Amino acid sequence: MRWPLIRFLPSHTHFDFVKWAPFAAVLSTLCIVGSIFSFVTHGLNLGIDFAGGTMIEVVTPGAAPLAALRTDLLQIGVHDPQVQGFGAPNSALLRFKPAENVSAVDSVALVRQRLSARVPGIQFKSITVVGPKVSGELFRSGFIALAIAIGLMLLYIWFRFQLQFGFGAVVAIAHDIFLTIGVLSVLQIEFSMTSIAALLTVIGYSMNEKVITFDRLRENLGKYRKTPLREVINLSENERLSRTMITGTTAILALVGALFLGGPALFPLVFTMVFGIIIGTYSSIYVALPVILLWGVNRDAGEAAPLKSATQRP
Amino acid sequence: MIQLRRWKVVLVVLATLFGIVFTLPNLLPASVTQSWPAILSQKLNLGLDLQGGSYLLLEVDTAALQKETLNNLVEDVRRDLQTAQIPFTGLAVANGAVGVRITDPSQAPAAYNTLAKLAQPLPGAATGRDLTVTRSDQIITLTPVPEAQKAAAAKAVDQSIEIVRRRIDQLGTREPTIVRQGADRIVVQAPGESDPERLKRVIGQTAKLTFQMLDETVPPDQVAAGRIPPQDELLDQPNTPSEPKVLVQRRVLVSGDQLVTAGASFDQYNRPVVSFRFNGVGARRFGDATTQNVKRRFAIVLDGKVLSAPVINEPITGGSGQISGNFTTESANDLALLLRAGALPAPLKVEEQRTVGAELGADSVRAGAFSLGIGAVAIFIFIILAYGLFGVFAAIALVVNVLMLVATLTATQATLTLPGIAGLILTLAVAVDANVLIYERMRDEAREGRPPLMALDNGYRRAMVSIFDANVTTLISAVIMFSLGAGPVKGFAWTLGVGVLTSLFTALLITQVLIGWWFKATRPKQLPI
Repeated sequence: MRWPLIRFLPSHTHFDFVKWAPFAAVLSTLCIVGSIFSFVTHGLNLGIDFAGGTMIEVVTPGAAPLAALRTDLLQIGVHDPQVQGFGAPNSALLRFKPAENVSAVDSVALVRQRLSARVPGIQFKSITVVGPKVSGELFRSGFIALAIAIGLMLLYIWFRFQLQFGFGAVVAIAHDIFLTIGVLSVLQIEFSMTSIAALLTVIGYSMNEKVITFDRLRENLGKYRKTPLREVINLSENERLSRTMITGTTAILALVGALFLGGPALFPLVFTMVFGIIIGTYSSIYVALPVILLWGVNRDAGEAAPLKSATQRP
Repeated sequence: MIQLRRWKVVLVVLATLFGIVFTLPNLLPASVTQSWPAILSQKLNLGLDLQGGSYLLLEVDTAALQKETLNNLVEDVRRDLQTAQIPFTGLAVANGAVGVRITDPSQAPAAYNTLAKLAQPLPGAATGRDLTVTRSDQIITLTPVPEAQKAAAAKAVDQSIEIVRRRIDQLGTREPTIVRQGADRIVVQAPGESDPERLKRVIGQTAKLTFQMLDETVPPDQVAAGRIPPQDELLDQPNTPSEPKVLVQRRVLVSGDQLVTAGASFDQYNRPVVSFRFNGVGARRFGDATTQNVKRRFAIVLDGKVLSAPVINEPITGGSGQISGNFTTESANDLALLLRAGALPAPLKVEEQRTVGAELGADSVRAGAFSLGIGAVAIFIFIILAYGLFGVFAAIALVVNVLMLVATLTATQATLTLPGIAGLILTLAVAVDANVLIYERMRDEAREGRPPLMALDNGYRRAMVSIFDANVTTLISAVIMFSLGAGPVKGFAWTLGVGVLTSLFTALLITQVLIGWWFKATRPKQLPI
């Protein structure tokens, strides 16, 4: 008796992936232009880690009086007060910067004291204060981490594959970063220290996809030495399709729970990861491979040495 | 490869046992694990965002420290020149140095010799002095050496950590951690402390207590006109509206470091006061000063503000006294605590604060655990639907993976944060990828008509390259995040990094052993994949 295994696809598919590459290129370019436009006009919704200031999460006995809270903050005399709902209707997130010549510590104490008097029963669930010095440092170290990680991964790809592959990966990763930043900017999802972690994870996952893609391509390039590159790419992608579908679906299924039930604190992180998984899968097929196709591959000189176990044929 | 080597089986069994033993305490109530040996009863070290608590990043204000050093130097120069009876003018701080003009050119060399004695040997260095003293004609300049300043700053940070620790211990905060970060920063983490206002108040105060005489010889109209003698200073007295400012002598009679004990009590009118006792030196100095100045007033100065300025009715030679100053019971207690713990060498600034209420932390744990559960179940169902029996093997490997991951986090006492939980979920998804790669290869091989044993073997062998390359890239990003990221990101990176290693182990070895056993038992003609 056989288990009714799910087969998404027939065992042999013959999709012409490369045929759609020009349309994908146009789509990607439009999205990148849109992302840059949104980044320039809207910017990122910088979280407190990078923008500095004070953030207080409060819970009120009834529905959170957002407008009244804002007025209260204004009267207390803090700078740029922002009040927004946060998850449940009785929760609110207050953000502000301390008035001049007032230390952040004193201004938090003042806000706590005044709001407790005006909204009886208010609870302060979390308080975050980031000074301007620290926020600058976090911003810098975050981006340095991002840059170093990308650099090292590319170095690794270059070391393990041909230069063309490395270049394809660079373009694809840049594409992923632009689009991810773009979607965060369009939806104005908070960009904080954990978003850097999310971006790094997205890049890691995307790089992962590229490695698997390149691996199969390299193997088939060795197997079918006379077949045109375009057809080898199509063949490799068809062979890989089942794996791509299963892994991608698993990853997204695993994160969907966290996306909707993880609470507002986890949402930006998980959202970025889910988006990155989708975009990373797409860019492997429609950014990295077309770049390699356009550049061409050096097929006579052989590949950079793969791991030994791979070359041993049974 | 699929032939079962004994070491593989042993390794798999050991790893699984490790996973179970170290994960177990997290699932059992504390009452059960209490009697276990310490190393086995450890629980996951939850970050402050999950268990609630406060994180404070404090910076030692080294600029203020340097300023104070210079101000003290001015007083030293004044005292020494007055003792040597050398007239001078223009004694002031300018450009990070102290300058003074000797009125009589013929006395300038003698003045230089006097002031040169102020330079002390550099601490911790064989040669060199902490001051460079130079003279051009009548002008003498004293410049602190940068190394000395650096050493003083480092010492101040060390002292600050010690004093902050003493203060926090006295507050009764549960298991605080106080560590140095970088050159001049201190990180204070207080789990369970969701109202850090008192904590910050206690940490944020320098608590430099001095006793200084009032200068009552200067007429009030002169003071109002801003004509203040150089040896005096005008200080605020915030608690006394009738006398908001008082003129005190800069010379310090006795300071807070001569106190041996301090406590809150009540005076004869039942008002909260802080009573204190000096050590021997302090008691003698205070006794001498009060004997010489009966019927005059002295000021009790805390951090540059006058608490009170009482009249000395009679000499105080017993070495103990009381400070009054409109205290509440709590503020009297706090001041007593600060005086007992000692003054900070330099002010501390709160640069970063993250406080999470215990309730919010518990909510986050629930949300995180729930998300993890849903994620895991989704993966199980999907992978079993996709690969049948082999999917079950992959699911078992995944369970062991979670056990090993949680066990490693528990054993290393690494901090698990909310982003870390998200990292954990992603790790599981990526761990499955290794099995997917292997199984897809097996399908390919089986489809090409290879016998089952060879298909299994080739599946593992040929997927290895991809799995290895793919995991190296993830490991790179984890290492970078761990070494460069701040707090919450570090936890995420550690989870991701450990996850990559446990995933490789479970996805490769555990499924191999399971499939090996299954193959031996059934000898199938065809792979169920």
